[in-house]
Amino acid sequence: MSESALRLDNITMQFGGVTAVDSFSMNVDKGEIVALIGPNGAGKTTAFNCITGVYTPTNGAVYLFDKKIVANHPKGKALKTYGGTSRDFEKDIIVQSPDKITKLGIARTFQNIRLFKNETVFDNVLVAKHMRAHQNVVTAMLRLNFREEERMRRETADLLHMQDLYQYKDEIADSLPYGLQRRLEIARALATDPKVLLLDEPAAGMNPNETAELSEFIRKIKDEYNLSILLIEHHMDFVNQIADRIYVLDFGKKIAEGTPDEINDNPAVIEAYLGVDDNA
Amino acid sequence: MDKKKQIIISIVLIIALFAGLWITERLVGTNSMLIVVLKKAVIYALLVASINLLQGFSGLFSLGEAGFMLLGAYTYAIFTIPEAVKGNVYQYYNGGLIHVNLPVWLALILGGLVAAFFAFLIGFVVLKLKSDYLAIATLGFAEILRAVFQWDALGGITNGSNILRSFPGFKSVLYPFVVVGLCMTAMMLLINSSYGRAYKAIRDDEIAAEAMGINLFKTKLQAFVISSFFAGIGGGLLAMYQLTVKASTFTSGLSDELLLIAVIGGIGSMTGSVIASFLYVAANEWWLRFLDQPAFIGTFQVPLLRSGFRKVVFSVIIMVIVLFYQQGLMGTREFSIVGIYEKLTGLKKKKKVKASGGGTEK
Repeated sequence: MSESALRLDNITMQFGGVTAVDSFSMNVDKGEIVALIGPNGAGKTTAFNCITGVYTPTNGAVYLFDKKIVANHPKGKALKTYGGTSRDFEKDIIVQSPDKITKLGIARTFQNIRLFKNETVFDNVLVAKHMRAHQNVVTAMLRLNFREEERMRRETADLLHMQDLYQYKDEIADSLPYGLQRRLEIARALATDPKVLLLDEPAAGMNPNETAELSEFIRKIKDEYNLSILLIEHHMDFVNQIADRIYVLDFGKKIAEGTPDEINDNPAVIEAYLGVDDNA
Repeated sequence: MDKKKQIIISIVLIIALFAGLWITERLVGTNSMLIVVLKKAVIYALLVASINLLQGFSGLFSLGEAGFMLLGAYTYAIFTIPEAVKGNVYQYYNGGLIHVNLPVWLALILGGLVAAFFAFLIGFVVLKLKSDYLAIATLGFAEILRAVFQWDALGGITNGSNILRSFPGFKSVLYPFVVVGLCMTAMMLLINSSYGRAYKAIRDDEIAAEAMGINLFKTKLQAFVISSFFAGIGGGLLAMYQLTVKASTFTSGLSDELLLIAVIGGIGSMTGSVIASFLYVAANEWWLRFLDQPAFIGTFQVPLLRSGFRKVVFSVIIMVIVLFYQQGLMGTREFSIVGIYEKLTGLKKKKKVKASGGGTEK
């Protein structure tokens, strides 16, 4: 059996009376590309936010290489109003802020690109190197950290070279064309040295050509950086091209999982999401 | 131009600036308007820069500057009033409680550290708040501090609501320039370091910064403490400049004034802060003074010129500046002699360029 890179165990996320994600379990094996699909408001991004520490799930746990990194169970008022299907409660409570999760090795991109708009391409990536640098304010102020600084700059330059972004290094991030901004955001995520990469609608707003390029790109970085990738996407062509397995969410619940072929033939998925064959 | 050359030019210009200041002071006298304005302006430059570090580079909107200045000023004053005159200064409090005397530089640093310590304490609570709420909380802190320092029960230390005086001031105009120069250099080095990049990341997009592994709370607290440290030193220098310290003068109006200068200079530009400080102080204290004096042309009295008119004109000027330079004088750009040199030599290669004095801050 292959090694699990990222595992969600019975995750429920509730906002007041709304259960955005309901008892959702999934698994991404090492080296796999897994897609999470579903109609708008199905809870895909919420699931992402539970993994990355933006939200603390109401119940359930997240494992990174079989190590529990996030866990919670409902108590008090949350227990009374708990609306998840599964009453199988997680025992531990582990709450981590997003920066800790990133440090553990999960990097993400955002649905609406969140670059540091007024900084250069180079600085955008360089910021991501701050987290793992061995330095403190005093050594940084007195430039005693020059070796670390040099290393950060060299690694950033290497990364930009590898992603074919080096020629844009002095451009302001906001001035790049849309497709490049997407790629820069992925490059920036890679600069945090992740083991698992989460991509939130990487192909949004792209034409078929760009989408094909993007799937090449994602495969390439997966092999180069030894990644496991979980992505949210709406473009079914893109998902079918790239994903090893697919999970389908609808109203917060998992309605199907399987290979692209299995999903495309699944009647429940067709009804909830893909629709009857008229615009395929 | 290579880096070595840049550093040499900078050092030469800084030496020239200090030599110029020294000679000017000899020529015009220590108490002349020019020297007085220069002293005040350079202290303001430090204070405004410390606000800019917070507001322009970390995106934290604080109105507590006066509170941290007060801490710095009092710490400096309390530890430098000579034993011999303590009985006089603390006449209502039996000569005061603190009988430790420190050298001037040490008292200044201690003032900075006290301000930084208080920033750490309140930062722990208030930095969870966002934008406007943070401003309100820090404003409240400064106001409370001002009241507490005038409290009778603390009279043995703060002299209650009476002034502190008789502590050493500046012997020469060079002193504040050296101290501020060192502080500004430290701030510039910080901004251009890895930490400065982290501050800017938080300013630009908190969510993305967090996803890059930057701990929001820790980094904000760090920026807040460092900024307050320099505000404390600035407060100590202001005490040296004024020769008296009184808690009731550290009002929120003072914080607002400094924030205004930061906005005029450009939020996110350190050199902008310096330039704006000099212009602001010079205009306010000196160049517009004539508007306060009644003037006569022959026997005709020029209308409007009377005490207080200066403030009216000054307000209008500021409004005009804010209207025409919405990003402030400098925006987020930095002024550099090297940059100007390159621009000029790039445009007119044959013309020899004389670098003009002032603003040697890199």
